[in-house]
Amino acid sequence: MADLSLKPITPLGNDLPVRISIGPVTISEVVDTALASLAQRMGQDITAAAKGAGIPLPPAGRWEQGATCAAFWLSPEMWMIEAPFASHEDIVAHLKPVFGEAASITEQTDAWARFDVTGASLPRLFELLCNYDIARHGAGSASRTMMEHLGCYVVIRAADHISVLGPRSSAQSLFHALETAAHSVF
Amino acid sequence: MIINHPLLGPRDAQEFTYLGDATLIDRPDGLSFPSADAAMDAMHDYLYQRSNPAGEHRELWFHEQGDRSWLVVTRNTVTHEILKVELARDVARMRGRSK
Repeated sequence: MADLSLKPITPLGNDLPVRISIGPVTISEVVDTALASLAQRMGQDITAAAKGAGIPLPPAGRWEQGATCAAFWLSPEMWMIEAPFASHEDIVAHLKPVFGEAASITEQTDAWARFDVTGASLPRLFELLCNYDIARHGAGSASRTMMEHLGCYVVIRAADHISVLGPRSSAQSLFHALETAAHSVF
Repeated sequence: MIINHPLLGPRDAQEFTYLGDATLIDRPDGLSFPSADAAMDAMHDYLYQRSNPAGEHRELWFHEQGDRSWLVVTRNTVTHEILKVELARDVARMRGRSK
């Protein structure tokens, strides 16, 4: 076999994740998370299997952190599972034995660019970017919404820590939108 | 216009796309008719016949920029008041469809 040595790049196309600070907020590219979507198949119940493996299955509109994995709700009977990239690079291989034929699992790691926005006054920033009311929903909420014409997931991990997951192929546009909005607010 | 999503709460209509009359759920099963003509007639009516009420109307909306669920929205076409919002799959199941 050929000895391939491939060099990974971040969603923004660099060797290292970008991190910028604007006023009270910091926007950082996050590349240490593996993602997979988990869809319960028709007529199946994966609640017990998930509980046994310590994988949270939060209700509609919510995000929950487990011991190793976190998850947020995507649609009825469907969740996005987040796990540390270092230990779960092949996330499907970790999840498949837990759920077997009861669920459909699709790796999503490289489909998304994740930007974490941290700092104070985040609702003021996000009210400029999307329809999702950060202040009203609060920590532990997650939703898909539109930002800069892109379908994005917004995960409120804490009042001062929000993740935005957007399509990786539009990472630059999303980052530009976040940066521009931050400059405009602060 | 705000649509009160049964799972996610109030959402801006901008996140949704509109399909049309909720009778689209009741697609006729072509094999359950006595003749091919009867099946054709039923399919014709299903495809082309719509009532256009000034008042309460049940319609299908798709939460495209949200959780991508189909909803049956009962809306007054005169006042735009939204009277009821249900998940389309619950409506279909109540009618014995898509078990």
